[in-house]
Amino acid sequence: MLRVRDLSKRFESGVTALERVGFTLERGEILAVVGTSGCGKSTLLRLIAGLDRPSAGNISIDNQDVDGPNPLVGFVFQEPRLMPWLKIRDNVTFGLSGLGAQEKNARALRALEEVGLADFAEALPQQLSGGMAQRVAIARALVTEPSVLLLDEPFSALDAFTRLNLQDHLLSIWRRHRPTMVLVTHDIEEALALADRVVIMRGAPGRIHRTIELREDRPRKRTATEFQTLKEEILDALHLVPA
Amino acid sequence: MIMLTSEAAAVADLAYRAPAEATPRIARRGARRPSVGKSLGLVLPTILLVAWEMLCRTGIAAPNLLPAPSAVLGLLWALIASGEIWGHASITLFRVFAGFGLGALVATLLGALTGYSTTYRRLFDPLLQGLRNIPSLAWVPLFVLWLGIFEASKIALVAVGVFFPVYLNLMGGIQSVDRKLVEVGRMYRLRGFGLVRRVLVPATLPAYFVGLRSGLGLGWMFVLAAEFMGASEGLGFLLIDGQMTSRPAAIIAGILLFAVFGKATDWLLVRAGRPFLAWQDSFEAQTERDANAARA
Repeated sequence: MLRVRDLSKRFESGVTALERVGFTLERGEILAVVGTSGCGKSTLLRLIAGLDRPSAGNISIDNQDVDGPNPLVGFVFQEPRLMPWLKIRDNVTFGLSGLGAQEKNARALRALEEVGLADFAEALPQQLSGGMAQRVAIARALVTEPSVLLLDEPFSALDAFTRLNLQDHLLSIWRRHRPTMVLVTHDIEEALALADRVVIMRGAPGRIHRTIELREDRPRKRTATEFQTLKEEILDALHLVPA
Repeated sequence: MIMLTSEAAAVADLAYRAPAEATPRIARRGARRPSVGKSLGLVLPTILLVAWEMLCRTGIAAPNLLPAPSAVLGLLWALIASGEIWGHASITLFRVFAGFGLGALVATLLGALTGYSTTYRRLFDPLLQGLRNIPSLAWVPLFVLWLGIFEASKIALVAVGVFFPVYLNLMGGIQSVDRKLVEVGRMYRLRGFGLVRRVLVPATLPAYFVGLRSGLGLGWMFVLAAEFMGASEGLGFLLIDGQMTSRPAAIIAGILLFAVFGKATDWLLVRAGRPFLAWQDSFEAQTERDANAARA
C-alpha cells in the first residue's frame, strides 16, 4: 500500500511546487497523474522515490516511511538513462545487489524476455532504438521486483506507434507482477487507457484538482464514447479546451 | 486497440535499427572505402621522397644542408647496427615514462578531487589555472637550480608538461558526467565510493584517456626541451649534436626517431585503454557505418 499524506514541497528558491497532496493506493492499483507542465507532478514522483525530501507531509510504502531511495521502489525515467558502457544485460542488473553472478544473469534474462529483448542481452545501448532502450529501462526497474513502480512520462519521447505498443507491454507486465504504479503523463489517452484512477493536478503550487475513478476492464477501447467524454472532461479541467 | 506480442514488437523495433551483426553488407561496403583512402595518403609522401632524393643526387640541394633520404637511412642503420641508438633511446624513454608517470599521477589525484568536490575545486583550481599560464619552459632555470642538471630536473619538466592536459580533462570529464546517470545510481542507493566506481569512473574514462594521450604528446615535447638544455645522452642530444657537428643527417634521423617513438608510445597507450573504452569504439564504428550507409 502506498500512502501519501499532506505532501508539500517548497524549494530553496522559495517556489512551492506541491501543496498538501494526498492519496492512498492499494497494492496493484494504477494511478495516473495528469497536469500541465509545472504543476509539480514530476516533483511528486521524485518525492515518492526518495530522490528529494518533502518540506512537509509524509510517504509510506506498506507502512514503512520513505526517507530515501529504497528497494521497494522502481523508477522509469522519461529517458532510458542506460549506462552507455554497460551491455544491456549489465544495465538490467545495475540495481541488483547481493546476488551471485549466475543469479543476476538469470534474472536479467527473465526481465529482458518479458520486454521482448532477450536476444539483445549482449548488445550495447547505442545499438538500440529509442523504444527498445526504454523497454530495457523498464526491465531494469522490474528486475528488483519493486512493489511500487514509478513512471515519469515514460513514453513521451517515442513516436505514436511505439508508444501504443509500449503501453500494451506495460499492461501485460503489470498483469504478471501487479506492482502499484504511479504514472505521470501529459497524454490523457494514456492515463485513461491504463489507470484505475486519474488524478488531475493544477498548479502552481501543485494541488490535486480532481480525481476520476475508472472501472472499465482493460484493455479499453479508446474510441468508445465514454472514453472520449472523459477525455473532454479532463481537458476541460485543465483549461485546455479552446473556447 | 492494437495488440502486439513481444515477438512482433521486437520485429517492429528491428525495423528501426538492427544491431551491428545484422548489417554485414553495409559494414563490408564501409570497410572497403577507407582502405582506398589510406593508400591514397601514401601518394604524396612517396612523390616528395623521390623528388628529394633526386634533388640531392643531381647536386641541386647542398649536401651539407639537406642530406638525401638514403643518407639519413644509412645513418639510422649505422646507429642501430652499432647499438649506439639504444643508449640514447632508452634514456629518453626513461625520462618520458618517469615524467609521464609522475605528472599523470599527481594530475589524476588533483583532477579527481577538484572534479568531484566543489570545495577542493575552489581551493586548488584558481592556483593551478594561474600556474598553467606560465610558459612551461620558464620553469627550466628554477628546476635546474633546485634539482641539478641531471635526471631529476628533466623528469620534473616532463611531469609539468604532462600534468595540465591530464588534470584539465579529468576535472572537466567528471564535471560533465550526465547528472541523469548519477541519479540512476542514487535511485539504486549508490553513494560515495560505489557511485564513483560504478558511474563516475566509467563515464569519465573517455575524457581521461584523451587527457593522457595529449599529456604524453606534450611529455615528448618537453623531454626534447629538457635535453636541449643540457644533456650528454638522449634523442634530443642527437639533434643538438648534429647541429654542433654540422651533420644534418643526424638531425633528421633524430626527428624521425622522435616521430617513431612518440607514435609507438601513443599506440601503446591506446592499446592499454582499449578494454575500458571498447563501448566507445563500437559507438564510433557504428556511427562510421551509419555515415557510410548514408553515403552509399
